[in-house]
Amino acid sequence: MSAHAAVAAPYENTGVPDGKLAIWLFLASEVMLFGTLFTSYIVLRTAAASWPVGWEVLNVPLATLNTFFLIASSVTIVMAHAKASARDKAGFYRFMGLTVLLSLAFLVVKGFEYGHKFHEGHFPSTSIFYAVYFTTTGLHGLHIIGGVAWNLGLMWWAGRDGWDDRLFLGRVEYAGLYWHFVDIVWIFLFPALYLL
Amino acid sequence: MSEHAHAEPSFTERYVFSVDHKVIGLQYLVTSFVFLLLGFSMVLLMRWQLAFPGQPLPLIGRLLSASAAPGGVIGPEFYNQLGAMHGTIMVFLGIVPLGVGAFGNYVLPLQIGAPDMAFPRMNMMSYWLYLPGGLLMLSSFLLPGGAAQSGWTSYPPLSVINPGQTVWLLAMVLLITSSLLGSINFIVTTLNLRAPGMTLWRMPVFVWSQFVTAFLLLLAFPPLEAAAVLQLMDRVFHTSFYMPEGLIVGGQLASQWSGGGQSLLWQHLFWFLAHPEVYVLILPPMGICAEIISNNTRKPIFGYKEIVYAMMFLGTMSFVVWAHHMFVSGMSTTLSNFFLVTTMIISVPSVALLTCLILSLKGGAIRFTTPMLFALAFLPMFGIGGLTGLPLGLTVTDIYLHDTYYVIGHFHYVVVTGSLIALFAGTYFWFPKWFGRRMDDTLGKIHFWGTLAAMNGIFLPMFAIGLQGQSRRLYDPTAHLHNLIGQPLHVVSTVSAFVLMLFQIPVIYNFFYSMFRGEPTDSNPWKATTLDWQCPSPPPHGNFAKLPRVYRGPYEYSHPDHRDDWLPQDAEKAVAS
Ligand code: HEM
Ligand SMILES: [Cu+2]
Repeated sequence: MSAHAAVAAPYENTGVPDGKLAIWLFLASEVMLFGTLFTSYIVLRTAAASWPVGWEVLNVPLATLNTFFLIASSVTIVMAHAKASARDKAGFYRFMGLTVLLSLAFLVVKGFEYGHKFHEGHFPSTSIFYAVYFTTTGLHGLHIIGGVAWNLGLMWWAGRDGWDDRLFLGRVEYAGLYWHFVDIVWIFLFPALYLL
Repeated sequence: MSEHAHAEPSFTERYVFSVDHKVIGLQYLVTSFVFLLLGFSMVLLMRWQLAFPGQPLPLIGRLLSASAAPGGVIGPEFYNQLGAMHGTIMVFLGIVPLGVGAFGNYVLPLQIGAPDMAFPRMNMMSYWLYLPGGLLMLSSFLLPGGAAQSGWTSYPPLSVINPGQTVWLLAMVLLITSSLLGSINFIVTTLNLRAPGMTLWRMPVFVWSQFVTAFLLLLAFPPLEAAAVLQLMDRVFHTSFYMPEGLIVGGQLASQWSGGGQSLLWQHLFWFLAHPEVYVLILPPMGICAEIISNNTRKPIFGYKEIVYAMMFLGTMSFVVWAHHMFVSGMSTTLSNFFLVTTMIISVPSVALLTCLILSLKGGAIRFTTPMLFALAFLPMFGIGGLTGLPLGLTVTDIYLHDTYYVIGHFHYVVVTGSLIALFAGTYFWFPKWFGRRMDDTLGKIHFWGTLAAMNGIFLPMFAIGLQGQSRRLYDPTAHLHNLIGQPLHVVSTVSAFVLMLFQIPVIYNFFYSMFRGEPTDSNPWKATTLDWQCPSPPPHGNFAKLPRVYRGPYEYSHPDHRDDWLPQDAEKAVAS
């Protein structure tokens, strides 16, 4: 029903395309989701008898590297959108591909961190600190995986008939909005878990 | 819309995986009524046990498994499963999908003159997450340990320890995702797909009610989703988000959990959803009543703008009252005072809404049609439900009333004689739109009077039972001496519940009979003004043959200068009298 996937001219409307409204609403709900997790973190931490210092038990250099990967990927996804607007297909592929690679790098590093913790005998059940650590970063990781799937989907679609679809540019933009959000969540998680 | 030609859709495309908001609406309608009936049947078993504790269930007792109901007598674990599932099913699988999924889906696009929802495929996905979520929830009865038993509120640590809860949590995640998709769809549709001339202030009250409800669903459900994930972690990976230190279970230290968590955290997160959820249960039914009352009094609704503002205020405030459910939880008294005040504030718009609906009756030439009877009954019944809530919002009285049958009486007046009655009203009202036929009036009236009487017979005694001091979630009230005095009232309540079941037979028969054999109607049998009645019944794919243009507000009834006593929103000019 593509007729109303973008703002259909004859209707009373906000002037904002349907998809864009939808992604903002979705992000609002995501803010509530992660907001809840952060609130829980604060409540649990303030009430806890003891709480380890993040940088003493977690690997800060690796997390810094990961922060760098994510910030870089936020830049590359903006570039991908710019290339798509400029109708430069090769450029779009290059930058979207780079975004996906950076996200995968993030996941690999995260997986390595997890593996190391398991190896040391730290599991979600070990303490409330590790419970928070694994759950929040795990949910964030799932969001990264979702983003990777979306971005790969866009590349696949561009290779088929997507590139000339009038909705294409919008969808790249929404992918970007989502990606920035996932990025911001990490920007909060990083100090909350590793530095404080 | 006609701009792309389809091949003729197959049967599955048309009725199973349909993307048409009308088919999806009817799918929701049928499914949620089935769930309501199931949830009701469960509570009938419980009612038997409450009135006649320890006596074997007649007829069905023998059909239940020996572990659930040894000798045909419901066991305590099974009673708790039934209670938790009753609450969960009624709220998340019954009333909300009926009010939002069914009525919202079917009527909202029609009332704003849209050809469909903004995202039809997402709409289909909502339904196809809801149904598996519901089936998964039901299937938990078949688990070795049975279904969840910690009430619909699932308070830890009990819920983390009890069997069945994992499936409850997984099913909830499906249901929450479904309603998130739905709420995004409703908001975007309302904002971007209104027919030309349908400004926001010309939208029917029903559309506004759905619009506000969608925001509540969008913003209140994610916290529960997060909370559910944490509880799932506690169960599956033995984290201790909600598990305190040194927990003793069955005389032994629960050493699987390291402890250090906060049980109260769950209560806060749960009620942060569940209070707004109360307004999700009541706002769409209120919207339905507004439509029906205006139509059957033949006059504009009283205080249209006040109603809309009250709904918005109610929606916003509903996020800051949650802890009035937790006055006796050990929360600090400063916090209690804060939530007491916000609760008193939120009662103001609720009363304003109800007052507007009641004042709408003044000076009207009331048509006592079946839907109107139900809508009229809604007003005093919801009033009782609302007013009995005030003592629960005041800390002093709540300390006594908390977790008694008084609470059960209170919220059932809101959701049963309130929401459910209004949803029946809506069913009788929009039935002609769905099927082009009317439901039988005589059967409708039998259904109405029987239902109204039986519902009061069930829930009125609960106030007395609660005031006398009886706790809710009691397997056997007679186990405590001080409860014996309330036992005759339990019998009244139970008998009424079975009477209520009997009086649902007319409506079930009426529904299916009228679908095929009912008296055929034209597209606007109630002589209504809103756009949903200005298209054929049932509306074709795409709804409107020609995009309607809207010239006026939604309730243009009984204008003295007009020949007809109603003027549709899309009629360019009235015929002068
Ligand atoms: C129409 C017939 C209904 C009857 C006879 C009925 C009866 C009851 C009874 C007796 C209980 C208390 C059980 C106990 O404390 O042990 C109960 C609990 C409950 N009911 Fe209903 N109910 C009905 C409909 C509904 C509807 C339509 C809703 C919802 C929207 C609903 C929501 C609940 C909830 C949330 C609970 C609390 C469950 C818990 O303790 O966790 N009920 N009901
Ligand atoms: Cu509340």
